[in-house]
Order: sequence, then structure tokens, then C-alpha cells
Amino acid sequence: MKGESVRKKVRRINVNLDKCNGCRACELVCSAFHARPKYSSINPARSRIRVVTDEINDEYVPIRATNYTKAACDGRRVYTVNDKKYSECSFCGSICPVRKLFKDPDSRLPLKCDLCEDDPPQAEPLCVKACSLGALTYEEFEDEVPEEVKPDEVELGLKALADKYGAQKLADTFARISQKE
Amino acid sequence: MRYAETGYTLEVDLSRGNIERVETDPKLVELHLGGQGIAAKILWDRVPADVEPFSPENLLIFSAGLLHGTPVPGANRTAVNTFSPQTNLLAHSLMGGFFGPELKYAGYDRIVISGKAPDLVYLWIYNDKVEIRDATHLRGKGVHETTRLIREELREPDAQVAAIGLAGENRVYTASIEHGFASAARGPGPVMGDKRLKAIAVRGTKEIHVAKPAELFEVCIQLRDKIGESKDVGDWMAVDEDDSFHHNNFAWGNARTRIKDYWSEELQERWTRWKYDNMDRQKGCYNCSKRCINVINYKGRRFGYKCYGKDTYHMAAFKELDFTYEILPFAMDYGVDSYSTPQIIAFAIELYNAGILTDNELPDFPSDSGERTFYLLEKIVHREGIGDTLANGVYWAALQIGKGAEAYDHNTTKKFEQLPIKLGKLNPPYFLMIATAEKMAITQIEGSFPQDPIADLEAREAFIEKWRVVVPDEKFLHWFREWEKRNEISNEASCAITDWNEAMHFLDDSTGLCGFLSSFRGQFGGGVVYHINNLPNIISLAAGIEFDKDKLWKVFQRNRNLVRALNVRRGMRRVDEKPPEDHWAVRDHEFEQKLLDDYYEFKGWTKDGIPTKETLDQLDLGYVSEDFIRRGILTGDEGAPHKGSVTDKGEFETAGGAESER
Ligand code: SF4
Ligand code: SF4
Ligand code: SF4
Repeated sequence: MKGESVRKKVRRINVNLDKCNGCRACELVCSAFHARPKYSSINPARSRIRVVTDEINDEYVPIRATNYTKAACDGRRVYTVNDKKYSECSFCGSICPVRKLFKDPDSRLPLKCDLCEDDPPQAEPLCVKACSLGALTYEEFEDEVPEEVKPDEVELGLKALADKYGAQKLADTFARISQKE
Repeated sequence: MRYAETGYTLEVDLSRGNIERVETDPKLVELHLGGQGIAAKILWDRVPADVEPFSPENLLIFSAGLLHGTPVPGANRTAVNTFSPQTNLLAHSLMGGFFGPELKYAGYDRIVISGKAPDLVYLWIYNDKVEIRDATHLRGKGVHETTRLIREELREPDAQVAAIGLAGENRVYTASIEHGFASAARGPGPVMGDKRLKAIAVRGTKEIHVAKPAELFEVCIQLRDKIGESKDVGDWMAVDEDDSFHHNNFAWGNARTRIKDYWSEELQERWTRWKYDNMDRQKGCYNCSKRCINVINYKGRRFGYKCYGKDTYHMAAFKELDFTYEILPFAMDYGVDSYSTPQIIAFAIELYNAGILTDNELPDFPSDSGERTFYLLEKIVHREGIGDTLANGVYWAALQIGKGAEAYDHNTTKKFEQLPIKLGKLNPPYFLMIATAEKMAITQIEGSFPQDPIADLEAREAFIEKWRVVVPDEKFLHWFREWEKRNEISNEASCAITDWNEAMHFLDDSTGLCGFLSSFRGQFGGGVVYHINNLPNIISLAAGIEFDKDKLWKVFQRNRNLVRALNVRRGMRRVDEKPPEDHWAVRDHEFEQKLLDDYYEFKGWTKDGIPTKETLDQLDLGYVSEDFIRRGILTGDEGAPHKGSVTDKGEFETAGGAESER
């Protein structure tokens, strides 16, 4: 796989921090969209986009959950933008062990942005649709990208469990559950 | 399954340290919706009429609205209710921001706080885990620092915090509860201080369910875009730098001096520069695509304000906007209401200039009005020296100071500082609203019917065309079309207009919707997004209880009468229902009293302003009428109930009749 690249449709959400009013509508609709049945419940803690907020620092940064990472970085970099200090984590969408963000509040399994995959597809991701102020905008374009295999949600979840409990324990538990059923 | 609401109340007894999660009766939603409506019911049931505001038995209730946490945009006003030490009546208070929705996600519709903690504490709510925690290390701390420290010690940057500052701890009557850049004023701050509750922090990660998900979601996406685009909702003062309205029309100092041609282009230019040179951002509240809050970073202090809040301090002190920018961060961090507090300060300055307060009470009193304002703010929030008296508000301070100070208390109604508005001729609906309202501030009552007629006929028709969709009944269009002079409007119209204005506020107070999208905005243009004609459907989709216009109107009447009953039971009567004498230059006592008679009759109240047994019984408030009869407040044969539904045709053809020819 290494080094290969393919032409692919890239779907991108652009974020303009200056336009964000901190309303968190994006969180709300993301959680509604992923509820089953769709829209039946709201719980921003289950959203795959979160607005990192600190009013006193005038900080409002919408970030989307990207990939699950086993190890946390040290997160010690501090960025100063327009005299305001931001921590490294303010901009990072990684689902990492040291933060609560992007983990399902009940199962603790990672939540990953799927760009609102739907059948039939949505015209634009829901968080973008909800953001009437244009802080989030959506674009699609063709690009050469390195080929990668994207883990699906089950794989992501299993990976997280394996990291937390060890592959052996996971395999044992899986075997036990399968037997019971 | 409960829809829109969580179905649980969090009960916290600070005296015993007891915490309980109590399931509520689903019927309450159908009767009162939520928010202030259900809070009023709880206060009726549980706080006897003779309970003093500063008593452990007084309750302090933080209510999320019925629509908080649902996709309905702009549902974020948290209602805080209690009995106020300043008025001894119901305290009605609202704060925007994020608190109510977060509380819903934590699994509660409201927090009912009783008792009094032995020492300063704060409440930490994380879903089912609720703790009363020591807050003695936060004593005297400003609200921003309190918020920061609590988030840090809990390691919960997402916790929503509502806190009091030094003013609340010291039970200053005008103390507010601050949350982000929103604040709950008019009564609950000192009660929170009395209960020794420094703050409430809440974080929720649970679900809110709605009854008709897909349909509601569709409606909400459209509403959200409409809110974002429309100039007819939100706070236009956040973007319109022409603030001649307040500066030319409102009174400066101790609600005394009108400077009719104060505003100028040169001044507007200077102030606009001050604002944008120091502004970080314009921000919104939860799930709302407006940007009403100006976030200012002035000399290294960050604060946010909305609306007329940017004017009160400099107008009280005869200064310019930069003075407000100087003082507001301090005042907000101490946690005082920026509407009433500047009036107390201006009142004290007047007393000093009149020789009633002297250098004995005000040692080293500076000569500059701005420095005086800072000086008095410090005295008040610390309750130090004369500040201890002034901290009780203008009405009580005047009585306590004596020596003729009472004459300087000229702008209070029901012991509460009113907006500093002094006008020429009476605007009859405004007479009714200021006289009979129990929310103490006109901004919490006015809003659906315009304040002034539109002179230009074409413009008037254009307004009506747009406004048509929001009016409860054609008769309002008719009245507006016929309206030529501000003071000339029939009593019948005045009563119905006041009623409608109230209705929208009472509905907002129970659903948690923001008045800038609803109750307060109709008067400035017909494009308001929430109104009596679309709310029933939205509430039905969210809550799964069928509402139509009449049924929703009845909820308003029920909540309105229950709020009145709470105050009647505590002694409020017709004699209390008078706007400040000098609110209008031209007064006609006989006309006003007849108008008040007509209004009481319209509402189904007695000549003394008490809801009759028939009125109460018709609104399922039989338990209130029984109580009134038992106490001798009513005999039971006072007569006719209120005039019924909003669509009653009545005699509106005679609008502009006898009364207006006086
Ligand atoms: S919806 Fe848009 S404006 Fe609101 S918080 Fe999200 S990104 Fe910011
Ligand atoms: S694109 Fe869809 S899944 Fe991703 S954060 Fe936005 S709403 Fe959530
Ligand atoms: S309209 Fe303004 S004040 Fe009201 S909720 Fe929206 S942003 Fe807040």
C-alpha cells in the first residue's frame, strides 16, 4: 500500500474561528443526526464536533473528532494568536487517552466524525448546515491522495478496547460472549 | 418516555446537606409547560405566605425551560425564582447562556434549593452525581475567577457555572447571579448569598428526547437559518451604533435629566471607534445564530454586555461610553445588576448634593461623578458604612436615611427601581404594564405591540402586512391601523394589548425561549420567529402534548394568575400598582383609575386586583381560590371570570372612542 496514491474526492470542512459565535448548534445537531432513530435525542456529549470554549479567554474552537490514538502527545505547546493563548489540545481532533472529548459518555468508546455518511447522502454535513454564521463551510474537490484504509466504527471501537484491556482479554471476552449466544 | 423535559427535579436542602432526585408529575407540563410556570406552582405549594425572603424556608429555584436541550433554536433562558428581599414579592429573573440546557443534559428540569448552608458552599452536578462542596476558598472572589477556579478544581472545562460575587455574598439587594456574560438580576442574588451558595456548576452528558424527531428537526433547521439572516430578531443594538434612542429619551443621573439632543454624529463616530477598537467578538447564546453579546477587552479586562446594559453606568454618572467600559468589568465581577445599581448610586450622589448625605456618611467623597460612582459601588458591594443602607435599594435606603430622602426616591414601583424613562403624554398600555406587572422591569413585559403608531400610512400598511402572521387576532391589526396618537387608544385595546404582551413573555419564561426572538421583538417589526401562531406546533412536536392556540393561551393565563396569586397572598394590592408619579408629565388620575378598573375586569380580577374564584377555577387553580377564601382574601362571590379567549371579538369597532377624546 505504501507510496500508492489515487485520485479521490476529498470532502473538507473549513473552520473560520472569527465567525464562530460559540452557540454550539453544531454539537447539538451532530448528536441528533447520529441518534437512533435519527434526531430522536440530543446529547452534545456524544457529538463528533465539539466547541472548545473558554469565554474568559475569548476562545471558541470547533474541532471534529479525527483518529483514535493509543498514546497521548504531551500537549504542552501553547499557541498565542491575537494575544490569546490556546493550548495544543484546543486545535486537536485526536481521540486520545488523556481527554474526555470524543468518547461516548456511557461506553467510553471513541466517537469519530464520519462526515454524516447517510443513505441517500446529505447535501452537506449536518454541523455545516446548522452553522448559519458560516464558521463552518463545506467543500468537495478531487485530489491525489495517498491510499489509506479507513477503519470503520467497529474496528475503531475494538481497537480502543484492545488498547485499554489488552488483546488477549478482548479475545477471551469475545470468545466467552460468543459461546453464551 | 418523557419528551422535551427530563421528568426530574433536583432537590437540594443546604441546611441538612440532603440531595434528592425527584420524579415529577407529567401533568405539570400540560398545565404550566415548565420554567417559571412550574416554579410558580412549587413556590405556591411549598413557601407559605409569611416566610421571609431571608429564611431557610424560602426556596431558590433554577429552572430550565421546557424547550431547553431540544433542537429548538434560541431556547436557553434559565429562569431563577424566589421571593425577593427588596420587594417581598416573587423574584422573576432570567439569564441567557448555557446553563439551562446543560442542566437538562444532566437529567434535571430544575434545581430547587432550600435551607441555608452553615458556611459558603457550591453545588456540583455531574449527571447523577451531585455534591455540596466547600467554597470557603472562593469567598470574596469575583465571578470570573470563581468560574475559572471551579472548572480547574473539578477538571471540567465544560462545566457551566452560575455564581455570585461579593455583592451576593453580602446580600446586596441588587446583587445578580452571573453566568458567562449573562446575569440573573432582580432578586435571586441576595437570596443565593443568604443561603451561602457561592455557585452552581453543572455538566451533563445525558439525552433529551423529543416526540416527533424528524418533523421538529426540519422546522428547527429552517428557523435557525431565519434567525441568522433576519434583521427582525436578536438585539439590533449589537450592530446598530446609533444609540440616540436611549441617550435622547432616557433620563440621566437619578432618572432625572433628559438631554433631548445629546446624540451627534461626532459622538457616534467616537463611540463606535471605542467599541470596535476594544471588541473581541460578538457572541451568541446556546443554539442561537445571533450575536447579541459584545465581548469587550478594555484595558486588559474582558467582559460582555447586551442591549441598554452598555449605557446605564455612564448615563447615571453623566459620562461617556468609555466610563461604562471602565466600570462594567468590576461591577459584573462583583455581581450587581447594571440596571438598578447605577440608579442607587445616582440617588446617593443627589442626596449628597442636597446635603442629606454629608461627609460624615461619605468621608473623602471625590468630586468627579465617575470617581464617585466607583466609590459608591465599593461601599455598596462591601456593605460598608452608608453602603450598608444603599445596598437595600433606593426605596429602603430612602426610608432608612430619612431627612427628606424619600423625595429622591421618585422612580420605584413596588419598591423596585424602574427604567429611567420620563415622558410627556401617557401611553395607556404602558401605564397598565408598569402598574400591574410583577416582573418589575418593563422590558420583561412589553414587546409584541409597537410602542408608537407609525405616522406614514404606507409604512404602516407595510408593517401590518409583515406583522399579520404573528398577531393572535385580527383586532390587533385593526387597532394598529386606526392608531394615530400615542396617548389616544381605547381602553379595550389597551387591555388586550397589555394582555398579549404579557402572554408572549409568560410563554417564553416557561419554554425558555429568548425574548429577542419572541416576546420582546414583535414591536420592532413583524419578522419575529416565535409567536402565538407557530409556538403551539413547535411545543407539540417537542413535548408530544397537543397544544393549539387557545390551549397555549390558557397556559399563559394560568401561569399569569398563579404568579399574581403568589404576590396577592403576600399582600400585594391595587394601592401598590402605580407607576412612578413623574413617569409622564401629563397625568389624569381619573382616566388612569378607570383604565385600571377596566383592566382588572378584563383579567377577571376584583377591583383590588385579585383574581376571582371564577377566574381561578376556570384555569384549574381551584386550590388557589380555596386558599384565598380560607384566608378571607376572597369571599367567593366577586363575580365574573376573565373575558375568555384571545379571539373574543368584543367591541373593537369603537376603538378611539370616548376616553381618548379627553
Ligand atoms: S454552529 Fe457554527 S457558530 Fe455555532 S458554535 Fe458551531 S461552529 Fe461556532
Ligand atoms: S460532519 Fe457530521 S459527523 Fe462530522 S462533526 Fe459534523 S455533524 Fe458530526
Ligand atoms: S437572540 Fe441574542 S440574546 Fe437571544 S438567544 Fe440569541 S444570541 Fe442570545
